[in-house]
Amino acid sequence: MLEVHKDNFEAEVLQAEGLVLVDFWGPKCESCLAVMPDVEALAEKYGDRLKFCKLNTQGNRRLAISQKVLGLPVIAFYRNGEKIDELAKDDVTKENIEAKILELLA
Amino acid sequence: MSDKVYDILIVGGGPGGLAAAIYGARARLNTLLIEKGKTGGQAATTEDMENYPGFARGTTGPGLMKAFTEHAESFGAEIVRDEVVKIDMEEKVVHTKSGATYKSKTIILAPGAVPRTLNIPGEFALRGKGVSYCATCDADFFEELDVVVLGNGDAAIEEAGYLTKFANSVTIIVIHDEGILDAAPMLQERAFKNPKIKWVWNSTLAEIKGDGLVESVVIKNVKTNELTEMETNGVFIYVGTVPQTEFVKDTGLELDERGYIVTNEKMETNIDGVFAVGDARVKYLRQVVTAAADGAIAAVAAEKYIVEEEGFRQSVLEEDRPVAVVFWSPMVQKAIEMMPTIETTIDSYGEKVKLWKMDTYRNQRVANRYNVTKNPTIVLFNKGEVVATLEEDAITEDSIRQALADLVS
Ligand SMILES: Cc1cc2nc3c(=O)[nH]c(=O)nc-3n(C[C@H](O)[C@H](O)[C@H](O)COP(=O)(O)OP(=O)(O)OC[C@H]3O[C@@H](n4cnc5c(N)ncnc54)[C@H](O)[C@@H]3O)c2cc1C
Repeated sequence: MLEVHKDNFEAEVLQAEGLVLVDFWGPKCESCLAVMPDVEALAEKYGDRLKFCKLNTQGNRRLAISQKVLGLPVIAFYRNGEKIDELAKDDVTKENIEAKILELLA
Repeated sequence: MSDKVYDILIVGGGPGGLAAAIYGARARLNTLLIEKGKTGGQAATTEDMENYPGFARGTTGPGLMKAFTEHAESFGAEIVRDEVVKIDMEEKVVHTKSGATYKSKTIILAPGAVPRTLNIPGEFALRGKGVSYCATCDADFFEELDVVVLGNGDAAIEEAGYLTKFANSVTIIVIHDEGILDAAPMLQERAFKNPKIKWVWNSTLAEIKGDGLVESVVIKNVKTNELTEMETNGVFIYVGTVPQTEFVKDTGLELDERGYIVTNEKMETNIDGVFAVGDARVKYLRQVVTAAADGAIAAVAAEKYIVEEEGFRQSVLEEDRPVAVVFWSPMVQKAIEMMPTIETTIDSYGEKVKLWKMDTYRNQRVANRYNVTKNPTIVLFNKGEVVATLEEDAITEDSIRQALADLVS
């Protein structure tokens, strides 16, 4: 998974073509840490069909807020630089993320 | 399903489940803990953990829970990440979301609780966009911003204090009259002195508004029903918790009307070999220290259960000879008086009949299973089946011989 931050977010996500998943996480968010291995497994599985990025909100707070993220965990989906969908809080589970990926790829 | 049968299977890895795992694994029992998220439970969602004995200020919830987890693993407890979705209580087979099944001799339920939601307009849609139930997770987003906290119990007041380290201002919305909080006095004192905390009394929230991010809340005065809108960037909701016991409904497990699991002092539920600990059970005080204490008790009770059940199974149910099980208690005079007659009568059959004494004071469970109410009672087993029951005065040398007549040639 690609680490995105304030210096490359524009190029890697907002200017990117196709589907991009961004995992907004933080070191103090236990449920983010719990789900991280699942997202990494999904990146292995679907990495050739969409781009997987993770964004540590610590140190990138303004960027997160500019993306209307003000709480964790959030898994956001962008298509051609446009945010099209997201999962937040309790909805962030392996099953839900995979279902959403399949829905957006279809 | 693998053939492995665990001694103790624990559902939930909060402090209750982890303490049970520590005690179980340390007693050299095969201990499996299944946790759907990260271990630590609710205790890992609070930074200020000041009342766990021996760990003074400066200890954090996630730090303490990491220590609990490592402690359990160091004794050999196995921890699996998965969600338990169904339990066959009689067979003690646990089914998980990933499709795995596990069999165990005993089950300790430690599913804890989750924050209660308000179900007001805006709350669901604005989660992750300013609406939060976890200050530890989200507080640092709110540097220089304004937040409101709804609630006035320990969690609300403590987390509000934590939020003041980040936010510009924290407004606590309290349903009670001015000056009245449910939180512990020490937490109240600290909050009233905190210059960053503001108060709104006699009120609750009616709506959370915002387009993409939280922009304001609508506060309702419960005395006047008056609605006022207040600008804010975040809303932290601490209005109690609900037990996570949905997955054990309709399994025969006894729950109270709010969904909490009913147990006795030994953490035993109404189902043999199934125990419950921590916030998910009916109890007076829901804290880390009491969850951990519950876990210790349940693991020891589970260990004793295994020893007793296996002893009974091997010595009585799987025995080839007829077995006369005498349920008695040395505390009951009549039982002491009758014991010599019972013993000499059974002994006269030599190796053909086995005598097995059960102290009902120490093991009520097996007695209950065979509907034993009188002291003493003889239950005669042959090949695992009950063939006769004799109670109190009905127990004589003749009646014992009569009951055994058909079984012993
Ligand atoms: C904000 C806040 C602050 C607090 N502050 C303090 C404090 O300062 N001091 C204190 O002593 N206590 C505090 N508490 C209370 C304390 O956290 C709880 O009493 C304690 O965590 C309860 O432990 P538990 O093991 O019963 O359950 P929980 O901590 O709720 O853990 C239960 C675990 O079970 C898992 N689980 C549930 N269902 C399943 C399933 N079907 N399959 C797999 N896993 C499952 C959950 O994911 C969870 O990890 C606080 C609580 C909150 C919310």
